Amino acid sequence: MNEEQTVIDIRDLSVTFHRGRKPVKAVNGVSLSVEAGEVVALLGESGSGKSVTMRSLLRLHPKGTDVTGSMTVSGRDVMGLSTRELGQLRGATVSMVFQEPRLALDPVYTIGQQIEETIMRHEKVSRQAASERALALFQKVRIPSPERRLKNYPHEMSGGMLQRSMIAMALACNPKVLLADEPTTALDATVQIQILLLIRELQKEYGLSVIFVTHDIGVAAEVADRIAVMYAGRIVEEGRVGDIIRDPKHPYTKGLLGARVELAHGRDRLVTIPGSPPDLAAMPPGCAFAPRCGQASDICLRDVPPLKPIGETGNIACIQYA
Amino acid sequence: MRTVAETTIPELPLGERGGPAQPLISARGLIKHFPVKGSGFLQPKKVVRAVDGVDFDILKGETLGVVGESGCGKSTTARLLMQLIIPDQGDILFDGETVGGALPLAQYRRQVQMVFQDSYASLNPRLTIEESIAFAPRVHGVPQAKAIARAHDLLHRVGLEPVRFAGRYPHELSGGQRQRVNIARALALEPRLVILDEAVSALDKSVEAQVLNLLLDLKRDFGLTYLFISHDLNVVRFMCDRVMVMYLGKVAEVGTREAIYENTKHPYSAALLASMPKMDPAERTEEPPLSGDPPNPIDPPSGCRFHTRCSMAEGVCSATPPPLAVVSSEQRAACLMSVPGSGHSHAPKPAAELMEA
Repeated sequence: MNEEQTVIDIRDLSVTFHRGRKPVKAVNGVSLSVEAGEVVALLGESGSGKSVTMRSLLRLHPKGTDVTGSMTVSGRDVMGLSTRELGQLRGATVSMVFQEPRLALDPVYTIGQQIEETIMRHEKVSRQAASERALALFQKVRIPSPERRLKNYPHEMSGGMLQRSMIAMALACNPKVLLADEPTTALDATVQIQILLLIRELQKEYGLSVIFVTHDIGVAAEVADRIAVMYAGRIVEEGRVGDIIRDPKHPYTKGLLGARVELAHGRDRLVTIPGSPPDLAAMPPGCAFAPRCGQASDICLRDVPPLKPIGETGNIACIQYA
Repeated sequence: MRTVAETTIPELPLGERGGPAQPLISARGLIKHFPVKGSGFLQPKKVVRAVDGVDFDILKGETLGVVGESGCGKSTTARLLMQLIIPDQGDILFDGETVGGALPLAQYRRQVQMVFQDSYASLNPRLTIEESIAFAPRVHGVPQAKAIARAHDLLHRVGLEPVRFAGRYPHELSGGQRQRVNIARALALEPRLVILDEAVSALDKSVEAQVLNLLLDLKRDFGLTYLFISHDLNVVRFMCDRVMVMYLGKVAEVGTREAIYENTKHPYSAALLASMPKMDPAERTEEPPLSGDPPNPIDPPSGCRFHTRCSMAEGVCSATPPPLAVVSSEQRAACLMSVPGSGHSHAPKPAAELMEA
């Protein structure tokens, strides 16, 4: 297989929800590609559209949501799939790990039953063979005494164990793509680092392409090859993880990195980004960050800056670099 | 612009009593066990040892940070301090007076306020925010007009224009704005101690930084003392003067910020610090500093509770519970490696042996 092969290709994706009085444009023209064996972190605050972008790849949005643009996953056009074809895609080619395993798992079946069901849904194998695979998966994600743990119900396991179980289930059908939606946010720091290392190790072993949604730059720095920073439904900066962390270019990324408390030892106050993110139902006409940006000019308030290449590998949406 | 100081409410006297050297809070031997539902019928009664013998002081004007994994007892300790739950054993002294004894509970509660993690759940959805802030002073006998005027001053002080925000309901505010309201409400009774239980954890990073700055400003302007509970070690390092590390209902280590972050004497604190993401993709963590989850507080390990996950554990650790030993004037650690003559191979030699040698 070609190393440079593009597995996920999102072009000009927009997602609009029609639930309240006004339509909410949660994702506004996002383009992103992920290559085979690559980990891309989608970094952003709540309401930036990072989870919505990721869920679009499995078409998990409620009925009545407007989704425009194109999305292909390992050569298949996700927008054109029938319900039956979607069922084959979900869990087999593309699988997902959620933030709250307690909500994602079924409380009335054992973990073992749920993993077996996933395998038998996608492959013609006996329950016996499926349960052997489930055991092997539990060993893979290093759950102690796996035979006993497979017989546990979700409420009998700790948060860290449940997240390991979710990862085992996600890997059950040898997917090509793993979507991780803040999988460590609800965990303690000591357990978070264990799960991050596990995801990194399995990603290498299986050659997975991963989209990792997080609000924590530190977590992104631990797992990602590339980082895409989102703000108010758009990608504002994208590049290799080292470049973004060492040399952020967009004023928002600079602000996020500058507001970190680690940098403030001995200093009196934190450097902060003033204001708060815009209301997605009433977006300003120009750059969404302009009202909070210290370097904004008249053009920023009028025109949306396009995402343009910068350097050899990065992209940025800011007129300072246009 | 009026300042809050000008509208100080004479009906609510402040209570400096013990002098500056007297700790504001002294907790002595706090124990709280919760019974486990469903146990005790034809089988031994089980309890969750949420807080199992905790002693600490909060000095006047300082910020004491409390860190530890979930289930270590940090929130239970906060609730015990607030007297939201009553300890099974142990005493709380506020400025030298026993709470519930020499100091009546109603007087104590007015001087200690709390801000919770969930900014929405901690506000009454049917009260406007000015009513929420004015509620407690009204209960304590402040006239309505005065309480509302003070609520407006406090709103102004936490960065919410009273003209725009005073009449709104909690659902009309963002998470950061609601947490500012909760902070204003906590200050309405002019407390001396504010307990912040994961108060910024649910906020986005850019909003979190704004609220942390606000907390620093308010502490300086109102002469407050904070108990700052958080799972984020970076935030604790920024905010706190002293730090207490808890593990399974006990204090593992307590000391100044510098001592804990730069010269920790407890393997658990060291592992917690090593678990923080590195922020350097060239130097990623290769091995998890701790394996597994914290043990169950229903049936904690014998001896040192950390010995099941500790890389330095020896036979003696499973037999002997370590005392919270003084390691320097600014640091105490509950580890047998810090106790002279404890039998651990890394422990310092007892003074008597040194004399002979």
